[in-house]
Amino acid sequence: MSGRVVFRSVWLPWLLVAPQLAITAVFFLWPAGEAILQSTQLPDPFGLSTQYVGWENFDYLFGDRYYRASFLTTAIFSLSVTALSMGVSLLLAVLADGVIRGSGVYRTLLIWPYAVAPAISGVMWLFIFQPSIGLFPYWLKAIGYNWNHVLNSGEAMSLVVIASAWKQVSYNFLFFLAGLQAIPRSLIEAAAIDGASPWHRFRTIILPLLSPTTFFLLVINVVYAFFETFGVIHTITAGGPGQSTMIMVYKVYADGFIGQDLGSSAAQSVILMLIVGVLTIVQFRFIERRVHY
Amino acid sequence: MATVTLENVRKRYGKTEVIHGVDVDINDGELIVIVGPSGCGKSTLLRMVAGLEVVTSGDISINGRVVNHVEPKDRDIAMVFQTYALYPHMSVFENMAYGLKIARLDKDEIHRRVDDAARLLALSELLDRRPKALSGGQRQRVAMGRAIVRQPSVFLFDEPLSNLDALLRVQMRLEIKQLQRRLGITSLYVTHDQVEAMTLADRLVVMNAGVAEQVDEPLSVYQRPASRFVASFIGSPGMNFIEGSIKGRQLVTSAGHTILLRDAQLNEGPVTAGVRPEHLEVVAESDADFLLDVVSVELLGAETLLHGTLTGASNDEGDVVAGVAGRSLAVRAAGITRVGEGQRCGLRVAAGGWHWFDKQSGQRLLTE
Ligand SMILES: Nc1ncnc2c1ncn2[C@@H]1O[C@H](COP(=O)(O)OP(=O)(O)OP(=O)(O)O)[C@@H](O)[C@H]1O
Ligand SMILES: [Mg+2]
Repeated sequence: MSGRVVFRSVWLPWLLVAPQLAITAVFFLWPAGEAILQSTQLPDPFGLSTQYVGWENFDYLFGDRYYRASFLTTAIFSLSVTALSMGVSLLLAVLADGVIRGSGVYRTLLIWPYAVAPAISGVMWLFIFQPSIGLFPYWLKAIGYNWNHVLNSGEAMSLVVIASAWKQVSYNFLFFLAGLQAIPRSLIEAAAIDGASPWHRFRTIILPLLSPTTFFLLVINVVYAFFETFGVIHTITAGGPGQSTMIMVYKVYADGFIGQDLGSSAAQSVILMLIVGVLTIVQFRFIERRVHY
Repeated sequence: MATVTLENVRKRYGKTEVIHGVDVDINDGELIVIVGPSGCGKSTLLRMVAGLEVVTSGDISINGRVVNHVEPKDRDIAMVFQTYALYPHMSVFENMAYGLKIARLDKDEIHRRVDDAARLLALSELLDRRPKALSGGQRQRVAMGRAIVRQPSVFLFDEPLSNLDALLRVQMRLEIKQLQRRLGITSLYVTHDQVEAMTLADRLVVMNAGVAEQVDEPLSVYQRPASRFVASFIGSPGMNFIEGSIKGRQLVTSAGHTILLRDAQLNEGPVTAGVRPEHLEVVAESDADFLLDVVSVELLGAETLLHGTLTGASNDEGDVVAGVAGRSLAVRAAGITRVGEGQRCGLRVAAGGWHWFDKQSGQRLLTE
């Protein structure tokens, strides 16, 4: 027995996957091809003519101090967002897993943020942390701390990390909760009889058994932090102050559409594509191998 | 070295009570089997002893100490789960050593104990494997090994053999019994399989709907079932029951048939009579206590099973008989008995073969 469905017609399978292929072609392959093409060209500021420049856009990028800084910013940002959103959601999932009565309510409430568009969540966090009218800086001032993410780059980074992680917590929570509930109760009970404390059970039984879920979420969260946080950055800091929250995906936009350097912007897109491709391959090849038992 | 005592133990989930006051005294080194149909509360009872369920009322004591509020790990027990509950991400060795490492035993001692248990259970070759790479019987043995290495005072088993095939079940049953004898550890063993229960138990606890109907040695349970439920549950094929009333030295059935009673001294009046299929003997009609119209015959080689109705009664409006095959009476004759379907045969009840139960409560009526 094989799990494959056998189609009698040659055309039907193609027809069935055609919509997906069309979407991939129009929204990924075509723009990606266009980006690769543009990355080797240099348009004039009015976009009237272009000139083939080969690797020059890339050479220029790697010589650019700001672009190298953006690498580091992206790494810090992605790691922080992933760690924060996964840590918080795992904690919430563990707590929700223990709740029997009213668990549906908690679950619904915790899932809500996922339905909020990134730009809207960005604006919401912006309001809460706005240095002059925000609630949070007001509280902080009461305990003697002066919050101003418009001027302080560390605070700006914290804010975009929190806002980005907040949105992803719901998604992670759902998967962690499902993962937790898939662990047979008898395993936990056996460990309890074996004398393991709750924390020891969590560390030696639950966490290892959750690792396939954790791995999956790791990939998803890193990709999210790389690409889908554009809206949050755009509404809260626009890459500032200075270049302190200029993650790579935002720099693509800033250099291309604000700086009007389309060639460099395209080259950055190509680099970004390569990075995510490599990251995903690395994660699947090296981490996935360890999580299966 | 441990005794376990259950005193009027009750369990309620919300408003529904599922265990209605169970009393059992378990002696040191005894193997007690809790047996009963699905949903009667066997697992619940065992899990209360393990500390995995809260006791609603009553007391559970281990070695004279009430443990109602003691954590599972501090009860000095080990449990073998129906699903084995092996840690899938650990090797066989790690599975068995898990509890010992937590108890902070030194490395040599851990290795010694695990190796001993592995030898005892023929697992020595498999210590590096993951549970996924083991057969059902091997997993079962690992689960046993994990319980043994901790050297607990009490073993708890929740249907440990129910996921194995029939042949392996018989083999593991013997192994468990020998192991328990050798280690001499007080054990509670839950099963719904009456053969397993009969062969393993020093004493049986027969449960029905949250009540321990009888606590006794297997043979006593078979010979003097305390209630109609126990009588029907223990023995295979199950006991035949006939509704009727006693008139002198006769049992008059609900449809008006008469059955000759040879040795009963019972008060006149309505009663439920019970007789096991193996205590009915096929005899000549002149010697018979009553006659049977044979409906079907099952030739099994070593024995023959006859099913029939009391002569003259049709199945629909006849006697109230409850037997193995619904409303017919079963007879178990040794060897090959040449009675054809549709024939009539005489039956005689062996001495002491009758059991009498109260018609309403189903409790055993004392005859002696
Ligand atoms: N958490 C619970 N909440 C409510 N009722 C429960 C709960 N757990 C068990 N019960 C009920 O308690 C009764 C006894 O359950 P238990 O699991 O002890 O049965 P069992 O004798 O072990 O049956 P089986 O042979 O099928 O394992 C059942 O009627 C069951 O529905
Ligand atoms: Mg059960």
